Amino acid sequence: MNQWKNFTKGFIKENPVFVLVLGMCPTLGVTSSAINGLGMGLATTFVLMMSNMVIALVKGVIPDKVRIPAFIVIIAAFVTMVQLLMQAFVPALYKSLGLFIPLIVVNCIVLGRAEAFASKNNVGSSAIDGLGIGLGFTFALVLLGSIREILGSGKIFNITLYSENFVTLVFVLAPGAFIVLGYLIALINRLKKR
Amino acid sequence: MAKRESTFVNMLVTLVLVTGIAAAALGYVYDLTKGPIEVAKLKAQTEAITQVLPAFDDLGQSYKVLSEAGGDSIELFPAYKSGELVGTAVKTYTRTGFSGYISIMAGIDKDGNFSGYSVLEHAETPGLGSKMDTWFKNSEKPNQDVIGKNPETTDFHVSKDGGQIDAITASTISSRAFLDALRRGYTAYEKEKKENTGNTGQ
Repeated sequence: MNQWKNFTKGFIKENPVFVLVLGMCPTLGVTSSAINGLGMGLATTFVLMMSNMVIALVKGVIPDKVRIPAFIVIIAAFVTMVQLLMQAFVPALYKSLGLFIPLIVVNCIVLGRAEAFASKNNVGSSAIDGLGIGLGFTFALVLLGSIREILGSGKIFNITLYSENFVTLVFVLAPGAFIVLGYLIALINRLKKR
Repeated sequence: MAKRESTFVNMLVTLVLVTGIAAAALGYVYDLTKGPIEVAKLKAQTEAITQVLPAFDDLGQSYKVLSEAGGDSIELFPAYKSGELVGTAVKTYTRTGFSGYISIMAGIDKDGNFSGYSVLEHAETPGLGSKMDTWFKNSEKPNQDVIGKNPETTDFHVSKDGGQIDAITASTISSRAFLDALRRGYTAYEKEKKENTGNTGQ
């Protein structure tokens, strides 16, 4: 398989948020600012890449009937590691992402990639797939977070762009997440058709 | 590599091994990060105390006071400058926020007035309740400012409830919770002061 294609498919063609529409809970929940989206995306990328690698490595010795519980344990172990490491070295980001870090365990993207890709491919391709899909997820979250932050609080990455008096508050609230996501999915579909 | 068959023994051994290895790896990472996590928490706490109190050079032994309303205890941190008490930082909390728990570090100077506050932990709506970070320390708008005020002389309730502090626009619930936390902290501070008058050694 062409590794470059394998890597880039996560951005547009198989973007987990805009095309596969997986992992909507953290997508809608954390993207009230661009920096939260970035942190969540990178944490997920790490988990995705590591779990994809380990699962591709052990896929031969895990009996079919217990593969899902075994995969989930592997994923959960990496998520807990990320959580502990973030708490230790980036406490501010850990604080703002809060509950969404442990929720990476049940993020469909991670188990989805394990089932659909890592359990059928070798370690190298699985790592690249994890990295590509993870960065695609990060890209989607940062895009969504930036748009919501610009429209909803007049800032981007906490840098003020215009006065708070002109912001449209609804964009940082939950309905804004759905509205922006809807438009972005429409836009990506349009790009894909061409 | 051929798949192993899904026999009972195979499944059992696999799951035991997978969970065992995961547990060992987690134990190792936990051990590795335990120190830095403690340091980070302590640093955040010390920074918050520095932010809310007048300049000090020595932080005394902290002590815990049970809140009168029950629940968690409230931690008090007396701060000294060349041996003189300059104020006390109170780590207080409330559970009545729009999204539940809010933890606040509030500074009370030696006259009993609030000298500052810092919101340590909250889950209020961004853009609405989260404005409490700055809303209540705006010296240009005295009606919403709590700095330099004292719950003895000022009614620490939102004006909508008959108090003397203006609530955050469109976030009355968060504002009520914020003032509730400050009142709780102040009560603990007062109680502690009464009990220890004369024997604090300062």
